[in-house]
Amino acid sequence: MKLSNIFSRRNRILLAELVRTDFKLRYQASTLGYLWSILNPLLLFAILYVVFDRFLGVGRGVEHFAVYLLTGIVLWRFFTEATNNGLKAIVQRGSLIRKINFPKYIIVISGTISSLINLGLNLLVVLVFIIINGVDLSWQALLVIPLILELYAFALALAFLLSAVNVKFRDVSYLWDVFLQAAFYATPIIYPLTLVAQKSTLAAQLLLTSPVAQVIQDVRYFLITPDSLTMAQLVGVTPMFFVPFGIILFTGVLGAWYFKKSQGKFAEEV
Amino acid sequence: MAKATHTDDTAIEVRNLHKTFKIPLDGGMNLKQRILNAFRGRSGYREFSPLNGVDFEIKKGEFFGIVGRNGSGKSTLLKTIAGIYTPDKGKIRVDGVLVPFIELGVGFNPELTGRENVFLNGALLGFSREEMSAMYDEIVDFAELHDFMDERLKNYSSGMQVRLAFSIAIRAEGDILLLDEVLAVGDSSFQQKCYSYFNELKQAGRTVILVTHSMSAVERFCNRALLLDEGTVKIVGDKTEVANMYEELFVEAKNRSSSKVSTEENSHGDVDVHIDVSSQKDSGSVVRIGDEININIIITANVDVKSCNTGINIRDESGRIIFSTDTRLHVGEFKLAKGESQKINITTTNLYTDGIYDIGVHVVDEKRETGSVLFMNKKIANFTSYGAINHKHSLFHPPYRLTKQKNG
Repeated sequence: MKLSNIFSRRNRILLAELVRTDFKLRYQASTLGYLWSILNPLLLFAILYVVFDRFLGVGRGVEHFAVYLLTGIVLWRFFTEATNNGLKAIVQRGSLIRKINFPKYIIVISGTISSLINLGLNLLVVLVFIIINGVDLSWQALLVIPLILELYAFALALAFLLSAVNVKFRDVSYLWDVFLQAAFYATPIIYPLTLVAQKSTLAAQLLLTSPVAQVIQDVRYFLITPDSLTMAQLVGVTPMFFVPFGIILFTGVLGAWYFKKSQGKFAEEV
Repeated sequence: MAKATHTDDTAIEVRNLHKTFKIPLDGGMNLKQRILNAFRGRSGYREFSPLNGVDFEIKKGEFFGIVGRNGSGKSTLLKTIAGIYTPDKGKIRVDGVLVPFIELGVGFNPELTGRENVFLNGALLGFSREEMSAMYDEIVDFAELHDFMDERLKNYSSGMQVRLAFSIAIRAEGDILLLDEVLAVGDSSFQQKCYSYFNELKQAGRTVILVTHSMSAVERFCNRALLLDEGTVKIVGDKTEVANMYEELFVEAKNRSSSKVSTEENSHGDVDVHIDVSSQKDSGSVVRIGDEININIIITANVDVKSCNTGINIRDESGRIIFSTDTRLHVGEFKLAKGESQKINITTTNLYTDGIYDIGVHVVDEKRETGSVLFMNKKIANFTSYGAINHKHSLFHPPYRLTKQKNG
């Protein structure tokens, strides 16, 4: 496949239409509609905030803990949604794949793009919280953009890999669910990473090798508070610093290779 | 170039095409099944090869038919040309933009409105929103669905959905159109629209591949055709040649099936029965719907028959009697002296849907106290009916008229 084809006119038209359809269908039957894509993480935030900050007091050491927590939740939800949408993308569009030939990667991209749009909406809510909480925004806040692109790249890489595997082994969606639940606790979302670092620096380093954790901590650092412990603070510019990027690159190559290898058989196996 | 076997006017070239599917056994697609199979050293698959070396080419501007019975590999061939399946061996060369219609309304979503579906379906055909907006009114006009475009598709009748899908489909540009006969579903006015669209394509000199069961469609639209049987090409050539070959295969299959049915015969040798089935137009016992079927029965008595009644039944493939009559009803009982013959002729119109029909004959001597059944064979002969264009599930196709008026 030529790279120039990836965003040929025809493919762009199709991608736009698929994203539009996804968006229209998602909240069609509900009264509040699109509002749910904002309400859902807000409600989760409210629960976690009450439990972990008010009752357990884990956020005491962190400035603007409420915004800090919300940012983590919003980014995590984007990651789970994008990978889950991507995972199901090919199987869900099976009837389409069996009837017309078009580049299959468009389906996977369209699934992740609707999550990206949701993330955009959610970040607006985060921005409101930032203003309400009186967080000082500096020019560094702009670094959030490449960080979100990094997270998107990771989610997309996983989506390609998982969607192709899911065609052959339907069990993968259940396995991924369980994996994500475990990963939620292995990622410093509801607890500050500093709590871990106080006990063991190595453990904190290991947690930060996850690209999701690395991005969440970096976004919090640049957007909200220097209390957010980042990879750069922990290890400096050492080989360790590049591990999350290595993971993304590896997943990307693996995902692209496997997807490309399998896509010819999607129509008969899906 | 020495190896180029095609000239520039070739639209599609198919060489030595092979396709094999792996069908999982026990429906086992999950991880557990895979691991178990690996341990047991089983593949867990059954192989199925619908295409075993297909070769042909289509010239630009040809209306090309692909015919074959169910399971002959037609659909797989079409889908492979359309790029939906990747061939295991062989190659396909396509010169031009290919527009496949394996099905109408691909991508239609029941939860979206008619309007939204028009744009979605259009995008799959390669039209941008602007292009679709420009032809939107014409599409709605053609589909005659003005009042329904803001309704969700799930509230449409199936006929309305097909109309909408077809109205979009005929907008498709592209050099080569792949059409599956399933396009021609729906009521007869829609059928007419479909056929006039086929005619337009033919007039315009577009390259078209039509996959069909219907020999009448082949004769009507195609220049050339290909007959596919068990994944190989039986014949490629002139449409009549192919249609004849198709019928030959059909009749062959018929003879095979009728040769083994004589076990049901119940004859004591009291009478000999000879039967001949023909239609006015087709050769052999292949009868188009609407044509006449002629059944000639000759009964020769080997004993004296005092009061002869001969019954004739036609049964469908499930063994149900769909037509029944006897001689007493129409010509009364008759006597047959030993050695005498009687010829009975029945002429009826073939109203029966596509399929194979058995003819049964029984001869009874009404005056005989015991053993009154002199001859009985439920499958003494059969005929093949063809030509049902739509509503094939309807058992009968009598002539009818359907009209539409404004009410009030």
